[in-house]
Parts: sequence; C-alpha cells; structure tokens
Amino acid sequence: MIEIQNVSKAFNGRQVLDGISGKFEPGNCSLIIGGSGTGKSVLLKCIIGLFKPEAGNVLYAGRDFWEGNADVKRDIRREMGVLFQGGALFDSKNVLENVKFPLDMLTDQSEKEKIERAEFCLQRVGLENAAKRMPSEISGGMKKRVGIARAIVMNPKYLFCDEPNSGLDPLTSVKIDELIQEITDEYKITTVVITHDMNSVLGIGEYIMFLHKGHKLWEGSNQNILDTDVPELQEFLYANQLIRRMKNH
Amino acid sequence: MNLLTRLGRYFIFLGMLFRRREKASVYARQTLEEAVLLGIDSIFIVSIVSTFIGAVTCVQTAYNLVSPFIPDYVISLIVRDMTLLELAPTITSIVLAGKVGSNIASGLGTMRISEQVDALEVMGLNSVSYLVLPKILAAVLVFPMLITIAGFLSIWGGYVAGTLTGAITPDEYIYGIRADFIPFNVPFALIKTVVFAFLITSISAFQGYYTEGGALEVGKASTTAVTNSCIAILVADYLLAQLLL
Ligand SMILES: Nc1ncnc2c1ncn2[C@@H]1O[C@H](COP(=O)(O)OP(=O)(O)OP(=O)(O)O)[C@@H](O)[C@H]1O
Ligand SMILES: [Mg+2]
Repeated sequence: MIEIQNVSKAFNGRQVLDGISGKFEPGNCSLIIGGSGTGKSVLLKCIIGLFKPEAGNVLYAGRDFWEGNADVKRDIRREMGVLFQGGALFDSKNVLENVKFPLDMLTDQSEKEKIERAEFCLQRVGLENAAKRMPSEISGGMKKRVGIARAIVMNPKYLFCDEPNSGLDPLTSVKIDELIQEITDEYKITTVVITHDMNSVLGIGEYIMFLHKGHKLWEGSNQNILDTDVPELQEFLYANQLIRRMKNH
Repeated sequence: MNLLTRLGRYFIFLGMLFRRREKASVYARQTLEEAVLLGIDSIFIVSIVSTFIGAVTCVQTAYNLVSPFIPDYVISLIVRDMTLLELAPTITSIVLAGKVGSNIASGLGTMRISEQVDALEVMGLNSVSYLVLPKILAAVLVFPMLITIAGFLSIWGGYVAGTLTGAITPDEYIYGIRADFIPFNVPFALIKTVVFAFLITSISAFQGYYTEGGALEVGKASTTAVTNSCIAILVADYLLAQLLL
C-alpha cells in the first residue's frame, strides 16, 4: 500500500501541489485524473522520489520514502516499475535491450533467462516482433508499450504509469488498460495510473483522485464518479460527448 | 547561479561518481565501448590537426630564425619542445574538448530532458556513476594514446614541411630533435593529458547532466561545456607548469 499525506510542491514560489493526501491499495488500479497542467506528473514524481516535496510524507507499506536513508530509498525503488509520459526508452539500446536492462543491472540471471523474461514481457504488450528495432524506429504508441514491458520486467510491487494510453488508438488503448488491470490483479500489485482517458476512468478506476490546480477536489471510484456534484469534475467528465449522453439516459 | 555555487555543485557531482556504484562488470564493458568509440571518433581530427601544427611551427620558426649565428638544427629542437610541452597535450586537448565535450554534454542533456536519467534513478541505480564514470575512465585511458600519436605526427609534420621547403636538411632535423632532450617532458605531457581528459569529461558531463528544459537548453549546455572545458584546460595547464616544471 502507498499512502501519501499532505504532499505539497512549489516551483520558484509557484504552488503546483497543495496538501494532497490519498491511499493506493494493492490489487487496485488507482487513477489520478485532471486537466492538463494540474500537477499530475509532478505528484507522480513526488511519489516515485524524483521531486522532493516541500511538505508531506510518502509511505510505502509504512516506510517513509523521503525520511529514509539511501538504502531504504534504493530498496523501495527496486520494488517499483515506472512508465514515463514519453516512454523514456534508452536511445542507444534496441527494444529488447531496453526491456532487459533492469535485469542486466539488478539481477544475476543468465543471459538466456533474461532474454526469455524480456521476450515474455514484450509478448504481453504485443510487441514480440519489434524486439530488434531501435526506439527511433518505432511509433509513439509502441514506445509506450515498450515502456510498460520494461516497467513490469522485474515483477514490481508498485507500478506507476504516466498516461499509458495517450496517443494510442482506442483499441490498443483498451488493450493496454486491460493489460494493466490484469497484471495488477494477477500479482496483487499497487498500481497508480495518470490518465485523461474517460474510457480508462470508467473501465479500470477502482480508486480515482481528481486534481484541479494542485488541489484534490474529489476521490471515489468509477461506480460513483458520475454522481459527483463537484462542478470542476463535472466539467471534466462532461467534456466527453459519450458520457454526457450516458448521463442523460 | 554564481560561480561558487556552481563550483560546489560540481564537486558534489564528482562525489556522486564514486558513491553507491553498480557491479564492476557493468563499468568494464561500458568503459571499453566508450573507449573504442572515443578513439575511433577522434583519431582523424587529431591526426590532421597535429600534423599541420607541426608543419606550421617548423616553417614559421625557420622564417623567424634568420640570424646566421643560430644553427639550423635549433628549428627542429624548437618544434620538438613546443610539441611535447604545449602543442600535443594542450592544443589537442582543446580540439578534443570541442569534439568530445559537446558530444558528452548533448548526449546527457538529451537523456535528461527525455526522462531517461529519471528512468535510471527510479530503478534504484546511481545514474551519475553509471552514465559518467565510464566516459571519464575511457577518456583517461584513450587521451594519452591520442596525444602520443599527436606528438609523433606533429614532429613528423615539421620534418616533412621543413625538408620540403628546404628550411632544414633531414640530417639536421633529426640531430635537432635529439639534441638537449629533457626526458621528463614526456611523462609531463602525459600527466597533463590525463588531467585534461578528466576535466573535459567531468565538466561536460556536469553541464549535460543538469540540463533543464528542452532542445534549446541542450544546445546551450553543449556550448557551455566546451567553453568551460577550455578555460579549465588552460588554468590547469598553467598550474601544472608551475607545479611540475
Ligand atoms: N521541473 C519543473 N520546473 C518548474 N515547473 C514545473 C516543473 N515541472 C512541472 N512544472 C509545472 O507544474 C505544473 C504541473 O505540471 P505537470 O507536468 O504535473 O502537469 P500534468 O498534470 O502532468 O499535465 P499533462 O496532463 O499535460 O501531462 C505545470 O504548470 C508546470 O509548468
Ligand atoms: Mg503529465
């Protein structure tokens, strides 16, 4: 379980996050939603330890990340897999090497075992045929999927995805959502997904946190999100034609 | 950011190179790869520059030494000493600062802005030592080899230019480069080179690693890297001359 308490972050005196709290449970897909520029990626970076929040705590199964020493930080980090918004693949390595990289660095497995594991993960994201291509030779959506494969290759306890399905066609997008949910259920991992995608919100959002201008305005699940009376969230939801129609029926 | 803050951050950066390192085998392979790339990439420019510098030094020295009381072999003696003391180690390093420094800074800058550095960090790796240490080791290994070649080619360039223009006879040239030879100049040149290699790679890596923003800032980081490396080389050159000669 990941618990965040009163996390605040400012850049050059401009408050980007203001006292965000929440709990992400294992075996659940937790979503962070909100408009562009509301601080979703910054919140994620505070959680995974790339930005140090000015105030607040981030607890991984009770271990405080920012209070912990270098060993604690490293131990927590070796339990997480992260998909970055742009994929963050290593340019100098091909797709298979990218996925295999965490295994190379952090395990003592034999080359054969590592390749098998990496190929298995590529297969799960449907990219077994792209193994030998370089990141510059694949599309944006494919990069995202390679990023997911790399994030899950170490069997993480915590999985973080920054917009896993932006820039993907609706079908692939749903497949990615299903994959994330499958992995979450299968290994009972704690998954945190940032998304703008209403399909994902309604499809996999067992816990949803809505951010607006650095504040948490609403939390709940996909069961009750359409009944919200927060005007900002209503605006966010009903920007989507389909949901507007669902609501009216 | 003022100079002192930057200097402080640079030394903290150097400290991070050696803390919490990964498996030694990782570094060995990376260093070897970087060394091969660095050597092959630089040998052409180093050869061209040093040959011509030697040639020009020889011709210009001959042009300046018009007194009948100075024997001709002094020309090649001057070419040799200038090559060993300054031209091969320092000028070649400045040329390499332009090539290797900008390469390192823009490479790391790109990795930073495309979140590849973050990706390494969240894996629990020490991204500084993983990315930078092999580059420094490779340069410290390969630069002395390049400078040795540069020194040889520079003296050879002087020979070719001097004998072709008739400024000096082959025998006198050979006599000159062997006359009054101070053996310490050779290790001195190599020591200088190792220091320059460390400065160029670490300063450029520092600039690239802390890039913030986008493609424009990557370009700026790479320019700053080259400028700062050159300044550092010249300052170190002066200090080492004071210290060791
Ligand atoms: N390193 C940084 N330095 C200064 N300001 C930053 C930095 N990173 C983000 N910000 C600011 O924080 C705010 C929130 O950015 P963030 O990237 O979290 O948005 P987001 O919710 O992820 O948006 P999107 O959906 O477009 O990805 C933005 O206004 C941005 O300008
Ligand atoms: Mg974002």
